[in-house]
Amino acid sequence: MTDDVIRAVLAEHGRLAVDVAALDPDADLYQVGLTSHASVNVMLALEDSFDFEFPEQMLRKRTFESIAAIRAAVDGLTRAEVD
Amino acid sequence: MTAIDLTSASVVERAQRISEDVAGPNAEAVDRHARFPVESVEALRVGGLLASLIPVDLGGGGAGIREVADVVAILGRGCASTAMVYAMHQIQVACLVRHGRTPVLAAYLREVAADGLLLASATTEVGIGGDVRSSSCAVERSPGRFHLTKEAPVISYGAFADGILATARRTPASPASDQVLVVCRRAHTRLEQRSDWDTLGFRGTCSNGFTLTSDDDDAYVMPDSYADISSQTMLPTSHILWASVWLGLATAAVDKARGFVQAAARKSPGSTPPAALHLAELVAVHQQLADLVQSAARRYDEAWGVDDREVVEAMGFVIAMNALKVSASQLVVDIVSRAMQICGMAGYSNGSPLSLGRLLRDAYGAALMVNNDRINANNAQLLLVHRER
Repeated sequence: MTDDVIRAVLAEHGRLAVDVAALDPDADLYQVGLTSHASVNVMLALEDSFDFEFPEQMLRKRTFESIAAIRAAVDGLTRAEVD
Repeated sequence: MTAIDLTSASVVERAQRISEDVAGPNAEAVDRHARFPVESVEALRVGGLLASLIPVDLGGGGAGIREVADVVAILGRGCASTAMVYAMHQIQVACLVRHGRTPVLAAYLREVAADGLLLASATTEVGIGGDVRSSSCAVERSPGRFHLTKEAPVISYGAFADGILATARRTPASPASDQVLVVCRRAHTRLEQRSDWDTLGFRGTCSNGFTLTSDDDDAYVMPDSYADISSQTMLPTSHILWASVWLGLATAAVDKARGFVQAAARKSPGSTPPAALHLAELVAVHQQLADLVQSAARRYDEAWGVDDREVVEAMGFVIAMNALKVSASQLVVDIVSRAMQICGMAGYSNGSPLSLGRLLRDAYGAALMVNNDRINANNAQLLLVHRER
Protein backbone atom coordinates (compact mmCIF):
# COMPACT_ATOMS: atom_id res chain seq x y z
CA MET A 1 0.00 0.00 0.00
CA THR A 2 2.63 2.53 1.12
CA ASP A 3 4.90 1.37 -1.72
CA ASP A 4 2.07 1.92 -4.23
CA VAL A 5 1.56 5.49 -3.06
CA ILE A 6 5.31 6.17 -3.17
CA ARG A 7 5.58 4.75 -6.69
CA ALA A 8 2.54 6.77 -7.80
CA VAL A 9 4.09 9.96 -6.39
CA LEU A 10 7.42 9.21 -8.08
CA ALA A 11 5.68 8.45 -11.38
CA GLU A 12 3.79 11.74 -11.28
CA HIS A 13 6.46 14.06 -9.84
CA GLY A 14 9.86 12.33 -10.04
CA ARG A 15 10.44 12.93 -13.75
CA LEU A 16 12.52 9.77 -13.88
CA ALA A 17 14.04 8.39 -17.04
CA VAL A 18 12.67 4.88 -16.32
CA ASP A 19 9.38 3.11 -15.64
CA VAL A 20 8.76 3.55 -11.91
CA ALA A 21 6.60 0.41 -11.69
CA ALA A 22 9.53 -1.76 -12.74
CA LEU A 23 12.06 -0.01 -10.48
CA ASP A 24 13.92 -2.05 -7.86
CA PRO A 25 13.17 -0.68 -4.35
CA ASP A 26 16.90 -0.23 -3.74
CA ALA A 27 17.71 1.41 -7.09
CA ASP A 28 19.42 4.82 -6.78
CA LEU A 29 16.77 7.34 -7.82
CA TYR A 30 19.37 10.03 -8.53
CA GLN A 31 21.05 7.74 -11.05
CA VAL A 32 17.76 7.36 -12.92
CA GLY A 33 17.23 11.10 -13.17
CA LEU A 34 15.77 12.43 -9.91
CA THR A 35 16.89 16.06 -9.63
CA SER A 36 16.89 18.18 -6.49
CA HIS A 37 14.11 20.27 -8.03
CA ALA A 38 11.94 17.20 -8.73
CA SER A 39 12.73 15.74 -5.30
CA VAL A 40 11.10 18.76 -3.65
CA ASN A 41 7.92 18.09 -5.65
CA VAL A 42 8.11 14.45 -4.53
CA MET A 43 8.42 15.60 -0.90
CA LEU A 44 5.39 17.90 -1.27
CA ALA A 45 3.29 15.13 -2.82
CA LEU A 46 4.33 12.65 -0.12
CA GLU A 47 3.42 15.17 2.61
CA ASP A 48 0.05 15.64 0.97
CA SER A 49 -0.57 11.91 0.45
CA PHE A 50 0.38 10.82 3.95
CA ASP A 51 -0.69 13.99 5.74
CA PHE A 52 2.56 14.61 7.61
CA GLU A 53 5.46 17.04 7.44
CA PHE A 54 9.05 15.89 6.99
CA PRO A 55 11.04 17.23 9.94
CA GLU A 56 14.06 19.36 9.10
CA GLN A 57 16.62 16.64 9.83
CA MET A 58 15.02 14.36 7.21
CA LEU A 59 15.19 16.96 4.45
CA ARG A 60 18.37 15.66 2.88
CA LYS A 61 19.30 13.84 -0.27
CA ARG A 62 19.79 10.46 1.42
CA THR A 63 16.17 10.30 2.65
CA PHE A 64 14.93 10.19 -0.95
CA GLU A 65 17.69 8.16 -2.61
CA SER A 66 15.56 5.01 -3.20
CA ILE A 67 12.02 3.72 -2.86
CA ALA A 68 13.18 1.69 0.15
CA ALA A 69 14.70 4.79 1.79
CA ILE A 70 11.51 6.80 1.24
CA ARG A 71 9.50 3.85 2.59
CA ALA A 72 11.61 3.81 5.77
CA ALA A 73 11.10 7.56 6.23
CA VAL A 74 7.35 7.35 5.62
CA ASP A 75 6.98 4.37 7.97
CA GLY A 76 8.88 6.19 10.70
CA LEU A 77 6.71 9.29 10.39
CA THR A 78 3.35 7.53 10.16
CA ARG A 79 4.23 5.30 13.13
CA ALA A 80 5.25 8.36 15.12
CA GLU A 81 1.81 9.84 14.51
CA VAL A 82 0.00 6.65 15.63
CA ASP A 83 2.08 6.60 18.84
CA MET B 1 59.46 45.37 -5.42
CA THR B 2 60.97 44.26 -2.16
CA ALA B 3 62.09 40.68 -1.85
CA ILE B 4 59.42 38.58 -0.23
CA ASP B 5 60.42 35.99 2.30
CA LEU B 6 57.79 33.45 1.39
CA THR B 7 59.00 30.67 3.62
CA SER B 8 59.01 31.97 7.17
CA ALA B 9 55.95 34.25 7.23
CA SER B 10 52.47 32.98 8.08
CA VAL B 11 49.98 32.22 5.32
CA VAL B 12 48.13 35.47 5.95
CA GLU B 13 51.36 37.51 6.03
CA ARG B 14 52.50 35.94 2.76
CA ALA B 15 49.13 36.73 1.20
CA GLN B 16 49.41 40.34 2.37
CA ARG B 17 52.86 40.73 0.84
CA ILE B 18 51.73 39.21 -2.46
CA SER B 19 48.59 41.35 -2.53
CA GLU B 20 50.42 44.59 -1.80
CA ASP B 21 53.66 44.00 -3.68
CA VAL B 22 52.55 41.94 -6.69
CA ALA B 23 48.80 41.67 -7.26
CA GLY B 24 47.90 45.28 -6.44
CA PRO B 25 50.58 46.98 -8.57
CA ASN B 26 49.66 44.79 -11.56
CA ALA B 27 45.89 44.99 -11.18
CA GLU B 28 45.40 47.89 -13.59
CA ALA B 29 47.47 46.25 -16.33
CA VAL B 30 45.73 42.90 -15.84
CA ASP B 31 42.38 44.67 -16.18
CA ARG B 32 43.34 46.89 -19.11
CA HIS B 33 44.77 44.10 -21.22
CA ALA B 34 42.46 41.33 -19.92
CA ARG B 35 45.57 39.31 -19.29
CA PHE B 36 46.16 36.50 -16.83
CA PRO B 37 47.85 37.71 -13.61
CA VAL B 38 50.90 35.52 -14.24
CA GLU B 39 53.20 37.22 -11.74
CA SER B 40 50.64 37.03 -8.91
CA VAL B 41 49.85 33.37 -9.52
CA GLU B 42 53.58 32.63 -9.73
CA ALA B 43 54.08 34.38 -6.38
CA LEU B 44 51.23 32.33 -4.89
CA ARG B 45 52.86 29.18 -6.25
CA VAL B 46 56.33 30.09 -4.92
CA GLY B 47 54.79 31.05 -1.59
CA GLY B 48 53.11 27.66 -1.30
CA LEU B 49 49.69 29.26 -1.16
CA LEU B 50 48.26 27.21 -4.03
CA ALA B 51 48.63 24.17 -1.75
CA SER B 52 47.21 25.79 1.41
CA LEU B 53 44.08 23.66 1.58
CA ILE B 54 45.82 20.34 0.94
CA PRO B 55 46.37 18.27 4.10
CA VAL B 56 49.88 18.26 5.54
CA ASP B 57 50.26 14.50 5.03
CA LEU B 58 49.82 15.07 1.29
CA GLY B 59 52.42 17.82 1.28
CA GLY B 60 50.08 20.81 1.59
CA GLY B 61 49.65 23.60 4.08
CA GLY B 62 46.82 21.97 6.02
CA ALA B 63 44.80 25.20 6.21
CA GLY B 64 41.04 25.27 6.72
CA ILE B 65 38.46 27.06 4.64
CA ARG B 66 38.44 30.08 6.99
CA GLU B 67 42.12 30.73 6.52
CA VAL B 68 41.81 30.33 2.76
CA ALA B 69 38.81 32.69 2.79
CA ASP B 70 40.99 35.26 4.59
CA VAL B 71 43.72 34.83 1.96
CA VAL B 72 41.18 35.31 -0.83
CA ALA B 73 39.87 38.54 0.74
CA ILE B 74 43.41 39.86 1.19
CA LEU B 75 44.22 39.14 -2.46
CA GLY B 76 40.91 40.69 -3.55
CA ARG B 77 41.93 43.96 -1.93
CA GLY B 78 44.84 44.10 -4.38
CA CYS B 79 43.43 42.46 -7.52
CA ALA B 80 40.00 40.84 -7.77
CA SER B 81 40.99 38.75 -10.81
CA THR B 82 43.94 37.25 -8.91
CA ALA B 83 41.68 36.55 -5.93
CA MET B 84 39.08 34.92 -8.18
CA VAL B 85 41.66 32.68 -9.85
CA TYR B 86 43.00 31.68 -6.44
CA ALA B 87 39.45 31.08 -5.13
CA MET B 88 38.44 28.93 -8.10
CA HIS B 89 41.64 26.90 -7.80
CA GLN B 90 40.95 26.26 -4.10
CA ILE B 91 37.37 25.20 -4.89
CA GLN B 92 38.77 22.43 -7.12
CA VAL B 93 41.34 21.49 -4.48
CA ALA B 94 38.55 21.29 -1.89
CA CYS B 95 36.62 18.84 -4.09
CA LEU B 96 39.71 16.64 -4.43
CA VAL B 97 40.57 16.83 -0.72
CA ARG B 98 37.08 15.85 0.38
CA HIS B 99 36.03 13.48 -2.39
CA GLY B 100 39.25 12.11 -3.89
CA ARG B 101 39.74 9.33 -1.40
CA THR B 102 41.43 6.88 -3.76
CA PRO B 103 45.17 6.13 -3.97
CA VAL B 104 45.38 7.60 -7.48
CA LEU B 105 43.60 10.84 -6.58
CA ALA B 106 45.55 11.19 -3.33
CA ALA B 107 48.76 10.80 -5.35
CA TYR B 108 47.49 13.48 -7.72
CA LEU B 109 46.84 15.86 -4.80
CA ARG B 110 50.39 15.16 -3.60
CA GLU B 111 51.58 16.19 -7.07
CA VAL B 112 49.39 19.32 -6.99
CA ALA B 113 51.05 20.27 -3.69
CA ALA B 114 54.62 19.39 -4.67
CA ASP B 115 54.60 21.02 -8.11
CA GLY B 116 52.26 23.91 -7.31
CA LEU B 117 49.77 22.86 -9.98
CA LEU B 118 46.91 25.23 -10.83
CA LEU B 119 43.46 23.65 -11.16
CA ALA B 120 40.50 25.02 -13.11
CA SER B 121 36.88 24.05 -13.61
CA ALA B 122 34.61 23.19 -16.54
CA THR B 123 31.09 22.91 -15.14
CA THR B 124 28.96 24.85 -17.62
CA GLU B 125 28.27 23.46 -21.06
CA VAL B 126 27.11 24.79 -24.42
CA GLY B 127 23.39 24.09 -24.87
CA ILE B 128 22.68 23.58 -21.15
CA GLY B 129 22.11 27.24 -20.31
CA GLY B 130 24.03 27.69 -17.10
CA ASP B 131 22.49 24.82 -15.10
CA VAL B 132 25.63 23.23 -13.69
CA ARG B 133 23.61 20.33 -12.31
CA SER B 134 22.90 19.05 -15.84
CA SER B 135 25.32 17.72 -18.42
CA SER B 136 24.92 16.76 -22.02
CA CYS B 137 28.43 15.34 -22.55
CA ALA B 138 29.15 11.91 -21.08
CA VAL B 139 32.12 9.89 -19.88
CA GLU B 140 32.84 7.10 -22.36
CA ARG B 141 34.76 4.20 -20.88
CA SER B 142 36.84 1.44 -22.34
CA PRO B 143 38.62 -1.02 -20.04
CA GLY B 144 40.69 1.07 -17.64
CA ARG B 145 40.34 4.26 -19.70
CA PHE B 146 37.95 7.16 -20.15
CA HIS B 147 37.26 9.58 -22.98
CA LEU B 148 35.50 12.91 -22.62
CA THR B 149 34.65 15.66 -25.08
CA LYS B 150 32.98 18.76 -23.66
CA GLU B 151 31.95 22.06 -25.26
CA ALA B 152 32.62 24.52 -22.44
CA PRO B 153 31.37 28.11 -22.97
CA VAL B 154 33.84 29.25 -20.29
CA ILE B 155 36.83 27.69 -18.61
CA SER B 156 38.34 30.36 -16.40
CA TYR B 157 42.13 30.54 -16.98
CA GLY B 158 41.78 27.25 -18.87
CA ALA B 159 44.82 28.03 -21.01
CA PHE B 160 46.95 28.44 -17.85
CA ALA B 161 45.65 25.48 -15.85
CA ASP B 162 47.56 22.28 -15.14
CA GLY B 163 44.37 20.34 -14.54
CA ILE B 164 40.65 20.90 -15.16
CA LEU B 165 37.82 19.32 -13.20
CA ALA B 166 34.96 18.78 -15.66
CA THR B 167 31.41 17.62 -15.09
CA ALA B 168 29.82 15.03 -17.38
CA ARG B 169 27.09 12.43 -17.34
CA ARG B 170 28.23 9.23 -15.64
CA THR B 171 27.69 7.14 -18.82
CA PRO B 172 26.30 7.86 -22.29
CA ALA B 173 23.04 6.21 -21.09
CA SER B 174 22.75 8.32 -17.91
CA PRO B 175 20.15 11.06 -17.46
CA ALA B 176 21.40 14.67 -17.60
CA SER B 177 21.36 15.03 -13.81
CA ASP B 178 23.44 11.91 -13.05
CA GLN B 179 26.86 13.52 -13.22
CA VAL B 180 30.42 12.74 -12.24
CA LEU B 181 33.49 14.98 -11.89
CA VAL B 182 36.45 14.10 -14.10
CA VAL B 183 40.02 15.23 -13.42
CA CYS B 184 41.45 16.22 -16.81
CA ARG B 185 45.22 16.42 -16.49
CA ARG B 186 46.94 18.77 -18.88
CA ALA B 187 49.19 16.15 -20.50
CA HIS B 188 46.13 14.06 -21.30
CA THR B 189 43.83 16.89 -22.34
CA ARG B 190 43.46 19.07 -25.43
CA LEU B 191 41.83 22.50 -25.39
CA GLU B 192 40.70 24.24 -28.56
CA GLN B 193 39.69 27.83 -27.91
CA ARG B 194 36.19 28.64 -29.18
CA SER B 195 35.47 32.10 -27.77
CA ASP B 196 37.14 35.12 -26.18
CA TRP B 197 36.68 36.70 -22.77
CA ASP B 198 36.13 40.44 -23.12
CA THR B 199 33.93 41.47 -20.21
CA LEU B 200 33.37 44.52 -18.04
CA GLY B 201 35.07 43.00 -15.01
CA PHE B 202 37.16 40.08 -13.79
CA ARG B 203 39.00 40.49 -17.04
CA GLY B 204 42.14 38.77 -15.78
CA THR B 205 40.38 35.44 -15.25
CA CYS B 206 40.69 34.87 -19.02
CA SER B 207 37.54 32.74 -19.04
CA ASN B 208 37.57 31.80 -22.70
CA GLY B 209 35.36 29.09 -24.19
CA PHE B 210 36.99 25.82 -25.19
CA THR B 211 36.32 22.42 -26.62
CA LEU B 212 37.89 20.11 -24.06
CA THR B 213 38.97 16.60 -25.03
CA SER B 214 40.52 14.29 -22.47
CA ASP B 215 41.68 10.66 -22.57
CA ASP B 216 43.20 9.14 -19.46
CA ASP B 217 43.15 6.35 -16.89
CA ASP B 218 39.58 5.99 -15.58
CA ALA B 219 40.88 6.31 -12.02
CA TYR B 220 40.70 10.08 -12.71
CA VAL B 221 36.90 9.90 -12.78
CA MET B 222 36.06 10.83 -9.19
CA PRO B 223 34.15 8.14 -7.28
CA ASP B 224 31.49 10.29 -5.55
CA SER B 225 28.52 11.51 -7.57
CA TYR B 226 28.75 15.16 -8.59
CA ALA B 227 25.44 15.74 -6.78
CA ASP B 228 27.21 15.00 -3.49
CA ILE B 229 30.42 16.82 -4.42
CA SER B 230 28.39 19.86 -5.45
CA SER B 231 26.11 20.13 -2.43
CA GLN B 232 28.64 19.16 0.24
CA THR B 233 31.76 20.87 -1.07
CA MET B 234 31.71 22.77 -4.35
CA LEU B 235 28.64 24.87 -3.62
CA PRO B 236 29.53 25.98 -0.08
CA THR B 237 33.22 26.47 -0.91
CA SER B 238 32.35 28.47 -4.03
CA HIS B 239 29.90 30.75 -2.29
CA ILE B 240 32.23 31.38 0.66
CA LEU B 241 35.33 32.00 -1.46
CA TRP B 242 33.57 34.08 -4.11
CA ALA B 243 32.01 36.18 -1.35
CA SER B 244 35.53 36.56 0.06
CA VAL B 245 36.70 37.93 -3.31
CA TRP B 246 33.87 40.48 -3.16
CA LEU B 247 34.72 41.32 0.43
CA GLY B 248 38.29 42.01 -0.67
CA LEU B 249 37.27 44.29 -3.50
CA ALA B 250 34.72 46.02 -1.25
CA THR B 251 37.54 46.66 1.22
CA ALA B 252 39.59 48.21 -1.58
CA ALA B 253 36.67 50.57 -2.30
CA VAL B 254 36.39 51.50 1.37
CA ASP B 255 40.15 52.17 1.42
CA LYS B 256 39.70 54.74 -1.34
CA ALA B 257 36.67 56.38 0.29
CA ARG B 258 38.54 56.57 3.58
CA GLY B 259 41.55 58.08 1.81
CA PHE B 260 39.35 60.74 0.25
CA VAL B 261 37.64 61.71 3.50
CA GLN B 262 40.85 61.75 5.52
CA ALA B 263 42.62 63.89 2.92
CA ALA B 264 39.73 66.38 3.13
CA ALA B 265 39.87 66.30 6.94
CA ARG B 266 43.59 67.09 6.93
CA LYS B 267 42.95 70.19 4.86
CA SER B 268 40.56 71.64 7.44
CA PRO B 269 41.12 70.24 10.92
CA GLY B 270 38.24 71.10 13.21
CA SER B 271 35.47 70.81 10.63
CA THR B 272 34.17 67.35 9.74
CA PRO B 273 34.07 66.91 5.96
CA PRO B 274 30.51 66.33 4.62
CA ALA B 275 31.54 62.96 3.17
CA ALA B 276 32.58 61.67 6.61
CA LEU B 277 28.97 60.84 7.40
CA HIS B 278 28.72 58.79 4.21
CA LEU B 279 31.94 57.03 5.18
CA ALA B 280 30.38 56.05 8.50
CA GLU B 281 27.39 54.59 6.62
CA LEU B 282 29.68 52.85 4.15
CA VAL B 283 31.74 51.24 6.89
CA ALA B 284 28.55 49.92 8.50
CA VAL B 285 27.55 48.22 5.25
CA HIS B 286 31.07 46.87 4.81
CA GLN B 287 30.88 45.40 8.29
CA GLN B 288 27.66 43.61 7.32
CA LEU B 289 29.45 41.99 4.39
CA ALA B 290 32.54 41.10 6.42
CA ASP B 291 30.50 39.51 9.21
CA LEU B 292 28.28 37.67 6.72
CA VAL B 293 31.26 36.14 4.94
CA GLN B 294 33.21 35.34 8.07
CA SER B 295 30.29 33.68 9.86
CA ALA B 296 29.55 31.50 6.81
CA ALA B 297 33.21 30.50 6.59
CA ARG B 298 33.26 29.65 10.30
CA ARG B 299 30.07 27.59 10.00
CA TYR B 300 31.49 25.57 7.12
CA ASP B 301 34.94 25.32 8.69
CA GLU B 302 33.47 23.71 11.81
CA ALA B 303 31.62 21.11 9.74
CA TRP B 304 34.69 20.57 7.54
CA GLY B 305 37.01 20.05 10.51
CA VAL B 306 35.04 17.07 11.77
CA ASP B 307 33.92 16.00 8.27
CA ASP B 308 30.35 16.44 9.48
CA ARG B 309 28.11 15.28 6.63
CA GLU B 310 25.02 15.79 8.78
CA VAL B 311 25.61 19.54 8.69
CA VAL B 312 26.51 19.95 5.05
CA GLU B 313 23.84 17.56 3.75
CA ALA B 314 21.03 19.46 5.48
CA MET B 315 18.72 21.51 3.30
CA GLY B 316 19.03 24.46 5.67
CA PHE B 317 22.77 24.61 5.01
CA VAL B 318 22.25 24.79 1.24
CA ILE B 319 19.66 27.54 1.69
CA ALA B 320 22.05 29.49 3.92
CA MET B 321 24.94 29.21 1.46
CA ASN B 322 22.71 30.27 -1.43
CA ALA B 323 21.49 33.24 0.61
CA LEU B 324 25.09 34.18 1.38
CA LYS B 325 25.90 34.40 -2.33
CA VAL B 326 22.85 36.54 -3.11
CA SER B 327 23.38 38.91 -0.17
CA ALA B 328 27.13 39.29 -0.62
CA SER B 329 26.86 39.93 -4.35
CA GLN B 330 24.36 42.75 -3.71
CA LEU B 331 26.29 44.27 -0.83
CA VAL B 332 29.49 44.55 -2.86
CA VAL B 333 27.76 46.68 -5.52
CA ASP B 334 26.21 48.82 -2.80
CA ILE B 335 29.58 49.32 -1.13
CA VAL B 336 31.45 50.34 -4.31
CA SER B 337 28.58 52.67 -5.29
CA ARG B 338 28.70 54.37 -1.89
CA ALA B 339 32.48 54.73 -2.19
CA MET B 340 31.93 56.37 -5.58
CA GLN B 341 29.47 58.83 -4.02
CA ILE B 342 32.10 59.75 -1.43
CA CYS B 343 35.05 60.07 -3.83
CA GLY B 344 33.01 61.97 -6.42
CA MET B 345 34.80 62.87 -9.64
CA ALA B 346 38.07 61.48 -8.26
CA GLY B 347 36.41 58.09 -8.09
CA TYR B 348 34.71 58.50 -11.44
CA SER B 349 37.89 59.47 -13.28
CA ASN B 350 40.03 56.87 -14.92
CA GLY B 351 43.67 57.05 -13.93
CA SER B 352 43.12 58.94 -10.68
CA PRO B 353 44.55 57.28 -7.56
CA LEU B 354 40.98 57.10 -6.22
CA SER B 355 39.50 55.71 -9.45
CA LEU B 356 36.76 53.17 -8.73
CA GLY B 357 36.06 52.11 -12.31
CA ARG B 358 37.67 48.69 -12.15
CA LEU B 359 36.18 47.90 -8.75
CA LEU B 360 32.71 48.91 -9.94
CA ARG B 361 33.00 46.79 -13.09
CA ASP B 362 34.27 43.83 -11.07
CA ALA B 363 31.50 44.26 -8.49
CA TYR B 364 28.75 43.98 -11.08
CA GLY B 365 29.95 40.51 -12.04
CA ALA B 366 29.10 39.13 -8.61
CA ALA B 367 25.34 38.89 -9.16
CA LEU B 368 25.80 37.41 -12.63
CA MET B 369 28.45 34.72 -12.17
CA VAL B 370 25.89 32.02 -11.43
CA ASN B 371 22.96 34.37 -11.77
CA ASN B 372 21.21 35.40 -8.55
CA ASP B 373 17.88 34.66 -10.25
CA ARG B 374 18.90 31.02 -10.61
CA ILE B 375 20.05 30.83 -6.99
CA ASN B 376 16.89 32.50 -5.68
CA ALA B 377 14.81 30.11 -7.79
CA ASN B 378 16.62 27.17 -6.14
CA ASN B 379 15.97 28.56 -2.69
CA ALA B 380 12.34 29.30 -3.57
CA GLN B 381 11.88 25.63 -4.47
CA LEU B 382 13.66 24.36 -1.33
CA LEU B 383 11.63 26.71 0.89
CA LEU B 384 8.43 24.98 -0.27
CA VAL B 385 9.36 22.16 2.11
CA HIS B 386 12.09 23.50 4.39
CA ARG B 387 11.29 24.46 7.97
CA GLU B 388 13.49 25.57 10.82
CA ARG B 389 14.34 22.83 13.23
